[in-house]
This record gives sequence, structure tokens and C-alpha cells, in this order.
Amino acid sequence: MDHLARLEAQSVYILREAYKSFKNLCMLWSIGKDSTVMLWLARKAFFGHVPFPLVHIDTSYKIPSMIAYRDRLALDWNLTMVVGQNEEALADGMNHTRGRLTCCTALKTRALKQTLDGTGPRYRLMPDGQYYPEGNREPYTGVIVGARGDEEGSRSKERYFSPRGVDNDWDLDDQPPELWNQFKTDFAPGTHIRIHPLLDWTEINIWEYIERESIPVIDLYFDRGEGRRYRSLGCDPCTADVRSTACTPGQIIDELLVTNIAERSGRAQDQEDPHAMEKLRRDGYM
Amino acid sequence: MGAAAAEPSTAEPSAEPRTGPQVAEAREQMNIVIVGHVDHGKSTLVGRLLADTESIDPAKIAQIRALCERQGKRFEYAFLLDALEAERDQGITIDAARCFFRSEARDYILIDAPGHIEFLKNMISGAARAEAAVLLIDAAEGVRENSRRHGYMLGLLGIRQVVVAVNKLDMVGYDQAVFDRIVAEYRAFLARIDLEPAAFVPVSALEGDNLVGPSANTPWYDGPSVLAAVDAFAKAPAPAEKPLRMPVQDVYRFNREGDTRRIIAGRITAGRVRVGDEVVFLPSGKATRIASIEGFNVGEPTEAAAGESIGVTMTEQIYVGRGDVMAHVDAAPTVSNRVRANLFWLGRRPLTQKRTYKLKMATYSGLCEVERFIEVMDASALSDAGHPDRVERHEVAEVVLRLRRPMAADLSHAFAETGRFVLVDGYDVAGGGIVRSVLEAGADDDAMRWTTEVGSIDRPLREAMAGHRALLLVVHDDLDHTGRALAAALEESLWAARRAVFRLDLAKGDFQKAGPGELVPRSITHGLIAGLLNAGQIVIATVPWSDDHTHDEALQVPGMAAVPQCQVRFRPEANDAAPVGGEALEDDRDWALDPALEPRALHDVVKRRLERLIAR
Repeated sequence: MDHLARLEAQSVYILREAYKSFKNLCMLWSIGKDSTVMLWLARKAFFGHVPFPLVHIDTSYKIPSMIAYRDRLALDWNLTMVVGQNEEALADGMNHTRGRLTCCTALKTRALKQTLDGTGPRYRLMPDGQYYPEGNREPYTGVIVGARGDEEGSRSKERYFSPRGVDNDWDLDDQPPELWNQFKTDFAPGTHIRIHPLLDWTEINIWEYIERESIPVIDLYFDRGEGRRYRSLGCDPCTADVRSTACTPGQIIDELLVTNIAERSGRAQDQEDPHAMEKLRRDGYM
Repeated sequence: MGAAAAEPSTAEPSAEPRTGPQVAEAREQMNIVIVGHVDHGKSTLVGRLLADTESIDPAKIAQIRALCERQGKRFEYAFLLDALEAERDQGITIDAARCFFRSEARDYILIDAPGHIEFLKNMISGAARAEAAVLLIDAAEGVRENSRRHGYMLGLLGIRQVVVAVNKLDMVGYDQAVFDRIVAEYRAFLARIDLEPAAFVPVSALEGDNLVGPSANTPWYDGPSVLAAVDAFAKAPAPAEKPLRMPVQDVYRFNREGDTRRIIAGRITAGRVRVGDEVVFLPSGKATRIASIEGFNVGEPTEAAAGESIGVTMTEQIYVGRGDVMAHVDAAPTVSNRVRANLFWLGRRPLTQKRTYKLKMATYSGLCEVERFIEVMDASALSDAGHPDRVERHEVAEVVLRLRRPMAADLSHAFAETGRFVLVDGYDVAGGGIVRSVLEAGADDDAMRWTTEVGSIDRPLREAMAGHRALLLVVHDDLDHTGRALAAALEESLWAARRAVFRLDLAKGDFQKAGPGELVPRSITHGLIAGLLNAGQIVIATVPWSDDHTHDEALQVPGMAAVPQCQVRFRPEANDAAPVGGEALEDDRDWALDPALEPRALHDVVKRRLERLIAR
């Protein structure tokens, strides 16, 4: 087995453990390359099916083609697509000019918490391509997340199965032991478990796998003739593209092998505070 | 990589020749854990390794040196870790938990395991992911308690490739006698647990002696540097040449998507399997042939080997489930409910004979108790802990464990995955261990204590009076209580048909005590059910759904083999009870039903089967 086959086999194992262990399970899909690879791995694990809902938190400021891509793939692949949003904050006019961290906290962290615990709205994509209010408001007790260990500091301290407290918080300093693929699937009422199938993958592994499997990731990652592309995707106002002519996964890998620019350098919220991500994650951010 | 950092938000494509993904693919990766007593120099060693292998941009190091000079403090390599963590947005990923570095031989993930005793569980979590270890000992301080404890844990975790770095040799004037004394003492300790390090290396992480190359300060040493010793570690091949083991993770049938395949999913932990192979599932003992190997976007594989997560379909539709181990008939694991094991304990509460624990091994999960403590030891000294009736936090022990239901087990040195386990106390993993031997199965004599003496008016007599046989139907409930509703409906309709029927709801009252590990002893339940069966009743018992599959196991009442015992489980997508007909599994008493079926249809299917079984 090569390294990609090993990574794949471990991720598939983790996904199947998650499916077996949680009745109310969902997968967060950010539309980005990592969670799209994770979605592909779910199809690997379940032989072409995805037997749990995909949840997307729509800040309403996403790059528009991300939404079109999301809905097209969801219909093509027969996915149960659920979208959540912090409608209250949006009605109140929340946007990044009020402070990027403030905006992220409201439209991502808060929206995520409300969508997961069922206190916020959930909309479900139906075969006609439209979204309708979802009747099921049961809290998700297992949440599959596409975080990678090499992305930034705090993520490398994660476990594959990582408990979250009643307030969605992450007790980074007192994590349960995790060994021999025996994961934490026992949890107290009111808490939930985050599941991280991509913890061992690097950014390069992601692109190698996209290339090997021909995964149809969104084309914003590639240069479409203007000499620019995105390396990491987020909200339109806070995500910058990079100068690059890479238009295939192979060319992106070549570029990554010689660059020393951080993957998330185009993500403005990270630049506000060196520990921004750790703070957001302790509060329940992905 | 030596170029100064470019302006953020640009990624300059390189003018250098294409290195290409092929180059990256060919590189091997290995996880190494760094362990040792607190303050024996782990961070300095890691920082220095990163610097000397140029895994960190030298310009960055110069920057930090200059910063130290300005602040008037001595530069330390350990600063690299902190500094880089603060500057991780500059594109280098590093962390106290994991960092990446590369030598000419391969890529490494370094797992830094905390040296403080309070973090032993983190040390174990880190080390459990590692393939090899570097263990540090401070030359000035010598072998300390966690030097020994960590060494012992490495042995228990099955890490056999170890380099011992005797650090801070500059502090003892590069004295060979000090080095030799520590080597002798520590080697003797490791010998007691059958661990022989690949090398003992005299090191000063601070000065860079013998880290990535030979040092002039230790002319008396002609062994490898730390990096050379680590590079010489062999990557363990996936054990594809051993006998087959595939712990069953789950069984899928995605009916609603129009997929009729019944796929047994799992990861092969040893050996290989081919289409057409005759296989057996243990402990259930059911045997059949492999009809196909399934996957997604992989074509039609005819063979799969250790390490792969796969699915198989069978030529016959046998009922197997999570926890069964698939093996070839001629080289199968041993089935028993008793094992002798070595274990370490991390729980806040001690391990005692008074509590029930959940044992998880590969995909098996079941309740167990400690039958006997053979030896309880302090791992830092390998001496008797002085209390033979419990294992306190951070201690290790040899014990005999007794399981409520049998499992398929291997010896850990032969098959790692099916020979090592964790123990769960309450909600948390509280310990782990390895199987030393599989003991003869013990009779469940406890249960018989609760069974009443049967007089001259025996069960056959009562059955004749009732006009039908006694029977036990166990209904595994789901979260929507489909099972409870089904049981109630069956009781009513059987009663209306003048059957002697009695329903027990084990999901209620005292049968479900406070929490995990606190269930009413199975023997009492067994005794009660046995009594009712001896009274000629059709007993319908519902057991609760649980997130952790505690009740997945078959509830079989010992000593009542003459009475038909069957079970109903609910599995979304299950269809071996097709609502019409539904007689697919004539001999199988383990029925999987789709909870989405109409309650009436569920009732009819089960009732029809029951009527056939109770007919005299």
C-alpha cells in the first residue's frame, strides 16, 4: 500500500466507526477541497452512498459559485443536503466591517452551534433544487469535520474523536486518551463528539488524492486564465486569491512543494490575531 | 528553501525544474515519538533536529538568534518550537504535539510526548500512533522514574524500535564512564521487559553532538548518530503474509438507494482474502464463501490485503455482526470468555473487582470483570505496588479478565490488532492492555445460582397444558422504541390467541441502573427468564438501545438450550424480513428488521415466525 492508500483506509475506518456509533450523525461540508475529499471518502466507506446529512453553514457572503457547485453536486450524488444560517445576525446586518472575528463568531461559530443543536433553522435541499425548512431538529451528537493536523497549530492537538462540552467548547488541556483505533464513542448527555477523518492528511496529500481519484473539486482552486486562483476558500470579502497559473492538481502540487506561504494566508480573519484560530476553535469553530 | 519569505498572499510558481508529485509519492513516512522524563531535553533535541536537517528555514533561525541577542538572553533551540508556533501563519507547521521533518531517507512526523506524569495519557495516545521511539535520558540526572515508566509503556504498546539518547553529555564533560553507567543500568531495566534498543547514543542536543553526524567531543563513540539510527529503522510491512483477520465493523444494505448488496465491512488487520475463499466468522462460528470484494471507484477487485478497508459479500446470507472476526477456517483465532493480559491503568478510579468495565478489542465490545489480579506493579520501578486487590492510576498489572460473552482473541505478539484492548470505565477509556494468553472458557455458573429448582411438574408438562412450546424472544429496541411497541403488540395478539405469554421490559426500572458499568448482573436476568420459561411461557424481553452497543450481544439464557431462543434487531435498510414471504432465513434465529416497516407488517412477520417455532 502506498501512503495515499494508507491514509484512505484509515479515514474510511474512522467514517465507518462514526456511522456505527452515532444515530444523529452529520458531516460538515464547507465546499472546500478538504471536506470535498472527505465527502468522497464517505462514498468510499459506504460503497457509493452517503448515509448521513451533509451540513453547510451559509454565511450568505460565500463566493457565489460555491453555492451553485454545492447544490449541483448534492443532486448528482444523491446527498442529504442541510443548510444552516444565523438569520438573526444577518437580519441585524452583520458583516465583516464590524470586525472579522466578530463576524466569524456570529455567522460561523454561532450559526454552526445553532444548526447542530437544532435551535437554529435547518433547510433541506429537495429534488426540485429548492431548499425547504427541515422538520428534524434533533441535535447532532456526532459531527464529522474535515480538519487537518498540518493546517495550523491548534488543529494538530486534535484527536480523531474529540468530545465537545455542552457549550460546544473544546477542553484542549484534558483530552481523553485515544489509542489503537479505539475511539471515544461514549459521551454524557448534552455533549457531542467531533470526528476528524482527515487528521493525518497534509495539503499535498489532499491534492495527490484529488488527482488520483479525479475528484471534481470546485474550479476556484484552479487558474481559469487570469493567472490567479484560490488556495483556501471562505467568504468573498475575507478571502484573497493568490497569483498562480496552476490549473491541474499536479501543477498545484508542484507549486506547494516549493512554496513557503501558508495555506490560510489568504484568509483575512487569521491575520487579526495570531491565536485567532485557537480561540475560535475552543469556542466550537471547525 | 533558504529564500527569504515572500510577500504574503502570493504563491510564486518556481522557476526550478519540476520536482513533481511522483517524487513526493516515493518518499516514505514514519511516525516517531520522543519520550523521556520531564526536563531531560526533548524540546531542545527536537528543535536542534529541525534546525540541523534544515527542516526550518535557516534565515528564520538567524532571526530568532538576533531577537535573543537584542533581549539579552541566551539562544535555545527549544525557542524554535515556541517561536514557530507563534509564527505558524508563516507557513511552517509545528506544534508541541506534532511536527514534520525530513531527512534524506524519509519524511518524519515527530510526536512530542509530555514527560510529566500528569500527561501519561497524552504520552500513551502519542506513542500509540508511533512506529518507533527516541527515548531521552539526562546524563547528569541519570535514569529517572519516567525514563523507566515510558520505556515500559513503549514495550506494552508494541513499539520495538527504540533509540536511547543519553543527553546533556556536555554537562558531564563528555565522560564515557557516565555514559556507560547509564547504558548498563537502563539496558538491564529494558531487558526485564524484553526490549533491546537499536542504539544508545551519547548526545548533547544543545551542542549538536551526535545528532545528525559524528562528534569530535566523543572520540570514544563509534556508533550511529540519532538521525542515522532513526533512519535505519525499518518500516514494518503490513502483515499481509500472516493468517487472515478481518474484524467486522458493520454490515450494510443500502436498500433505499436501490442497492441490494449486503456488504460486510471491515478493515483487514492481517493476511489477505480472495474471492471464493471459504471463511469463518468468530465467535459466532458461521462459515461461508466470499462472493465478491466491494469498493467504490476501484473496479472489481479479486483480492485484498492487510491494511485495506474493504467490504465483502457472501455466497450465503448468514447473520454476522460487528465484533465477529473473519478468518480462514484453518487458521482462526481462539474463542473464549477469559484472557490473561498485561495492562496499564489511567482511570481516576482504581481498577477493582467490584466494578464492571467495557472491553473493546478491534471491533468487539463487551462487558467484563477482573477475575483475578496476578501481579500489580509500579511501572517506574517494576516493583510490587503493595496492594494486590486493585490497580491505581499509572500502575500496571497482569490480570485475568472474564467477559460476559465470548470473543475471538489472538496473542498480541502474533496479531497486534486482535490481541490488544482498551477498558472503558463510565464514559472514558481508563486503561489498555495486551493479551498474553487465551484461557479456557469459564462456565457461566453464576447464572445457575438464580435458576429455581424444577419440580415434578416440569416444562414439557406445562407446555402440553398450554398447547404450545415455551420460547424466548429478545427484542433489541431502537431509539424510537419500535421494539417496545412491537413487543407490546405481540403480547396482546398472542394473549388474544390464548397463548401463555409474558412480556419483560428490561429497558425499564432496575434493569437499567445508574449508568454504564452498572447494569443489573446478567445472572439475575437469566435466572428470571429461565424461571418463566420453565413455567411454559412465551417470554418476550425487550433490551434497551444503547449508543455503545453494550446490548448488541445475543441474550442467551444458559441451561435452556431445549427452548427456542430468537432475537429481533432493528437495522435501517435491513430486509431479511421482506414483508411478504420473509422466510429467507429459515434456520436463523437472529432476525434483522427494517424499523421503517409499518408496525402491522413488523408484527405479522415476527408473529408468523413465532407461531412456527412454538408449534409442538
